[in-house]
Amino acid sequence: MAKRVEATNVNAYYGSFKAIEDVNIVVEPKTVTALIGPSGCGKSTFLRSINRMHEVLPNARVEGTLTLDQENIYDKHVDVTAVRRLIGMVFQRPNPFPTMSIFDNVVAGLKLNGVNKKAVLQEAAEKSLRSANLWDEVKDRLDKPGAGLSGGQQQRLCIARTIAVEPQVVLMDEPCSALDPISTLAIEDLIFKLKDRFTIIIVTHNMQQAARVSDRTAFFSIERTGDPGRLIEYDDTQKIFSNPSVKKTEDYITGRFG
Amino acid sequence: MTLLAPEQDVTAGSLHTKRLPAWAALATAVVALALSAALVLGTGIGNWVLVVVLGAVLYLIGFWLAANAVEGPRSARNRTWSALIHSACVLAILPLASVTWTLISNGINRLDGNFFLTSMNNIGARDANGGAYHAIVGTLEQVGIAALITIPLGVLGAIYLVEYGRGKLSLAIRFFVDVMTGIPSIVAGLFVLAFWVLIVSPLFNNGQPQYSGFAAALALSVLMLPTIVRSTEEMLRLVPAPLREGAYALGVPKWKTILRIVIPTALPGIVTGIMLSIARAAGETAPVLLVAGGTAAINFNPFENNQSSLSLFVFSQATDSSRFSPDRAWTAALTLVALVLILTIAAKLLARRNRLTR
Repeated sequence: MAKRVEATNVNAYYGSFKAIEDVNIVVEPKTVTALIGPSGCGKSTFLRSINRMHEVLPNARVEGTLTLDQENIYDKHVDVTAVRRLIGMVFQRPNPFPTMSIFDNVVAGLKLNGVNKKAVLQEAAEKSLRSANLWDEVKDRLDKPGAGLSGGQQQRLCIARTIAVEPQVVLMDEPCSALDPISTLAIEDLIFKLKDRFTIIIVTHNMQQAARVSDRTAFFSIERTGDPGRLIEYDDTQKIFSNPSVKKTEDYITGRFG
Repeated sequence: MTLLAPEQDVTAGSLHTKRLPAWAALATAVVALALSAALVLGTGIGNWVLVVVLGAVLYLIGFWLAANAVEGPRSARNRTWSALIHSACVLAILPLASVTWTLISNGINRLDGNFFLTSMNNIGARDANGGAYHAIVGTLEQVGIAALITIPLGVLGAIYLVEYGRGKLSLAIRFFVDVMTGIPSIVAGLFVLAFWVLIVSPLFNNGQPQYSGFAAALALSVLMLPTIVRSTEEMLRLVPAPLREGAYALGVPKWKTILRIVIPTALPGIVTGIMLSIARAAGETAPVLLVAGGTAAINFNPFENNQSSLSLFVFSQATDSSRFSPDRAWTAALTLVALVLILTIAAKLLARRNRLTR
């Protein structure tokens, strides 16, 4: 079920500005890969290009090849919505749909893609909420608005919403940056649990978090402001944090950078 | 220490200030009013309105002086500005209250069953009865048809501008919508008169031009469309981009995201914009006069022959020489306001139904 993601010579642009250059990376199924690096180095841009979310912004485009197993998702015959059904995404700030109840938020992806059987929806909602460690907290108020939950709960609701459609890859764009340490811990536990079923790629500014949750770590960096971001080093997390092979990675990880 | 506070120990009470007692505001008001009354009425330069206005000014000055003396300059400024803001609020509400009061007190005279159940057909200058049934029918039909035309067109146009429009075309559309917002209603009426009544309607009527409620609805549409497009556009732009992206990330197609996520989120605002434009259209007289002509009889068919409307009824009754017509005009005006109010409340309730209760 989980799929392999392979990027070959990926460049991403905002208009004429080149945000990332020549990224090559292979993410194996059922692993957690952390993308780290300083602000503006293109790690979020790269993450967003994996499910073709980058091109939603005006004048933004991606060059290169990104394959999901054998399929190049940037092939011109590929249906964008089909790609996004396979590659889900959790955003930096929780974004539950404000007009929907908790239940409707969780099954939004199913409902809006044509699944209407009540029993199926109910089962999917419970399963996803349990996977997201949120079921016990919300099971008595599924008909209340999702926006009424706390920040950490909202983020877990968004994770439940993402995994309810059973994607194969889950992308997370700094999912804990707006949360307190306890909610962060809850989500890190969750990432650990989800690893059995999904391929997870997570952008984080928190190096301890990268060290805790990921199997592999990719370090992105820029020479100076205005230059495109590049992938500097990509290796096992253990190796990156104990014995990186590039000096720049070591500087960043030990805090000597910038 | 900081630049703002000198080096000092913070002991219990050292951050306290003296406060004016609660009755000070009332006392100042009474003294100010009394002073102003003595000044104005004593010299005979005005009536009670001037007493109140001068009293308010004296109150502001007196209160500032009192606060300044007791509480210090910062607090005095705060209190004076608060008082100014409150008076501005009262001043803004006064005309509205006055209009409502005038409407109700004058309109109540003819607020009877007869007014709502009869037309002005065969009502002469000496007849006290007669009503606005034909005008209510006209207003409902004309505004209803105009709404049927403009709401889908306006909302879809706004969706195009926000979600799909890129480049020169959407810039041009937005520019012309802005220009259309400023069209005087009489010009919209003239346009429909020249285009629809004189050129198109003869094709359906054996070569004879014909006034109709539908022509009035077309003229009102010209007025409503830009308002709906602009207000809907603003509301759609307020929907945060992360909501759209959240839906895209679930593999939801763009059109479904717009229909099921973006529009429900913006719905209360969109409805408000639509109701504002409907209220404006319901109050328009000139275009209806130009292209529907007005009539004293009931005409249910909006596509043939003259129709009246409430605002046109108010206009004709207010300029009528019969001594009974002013009452009819006031009641019709009250009816028009009540109609718009009821429609607005109904629309708001309808739009709120989708909102979840916490």
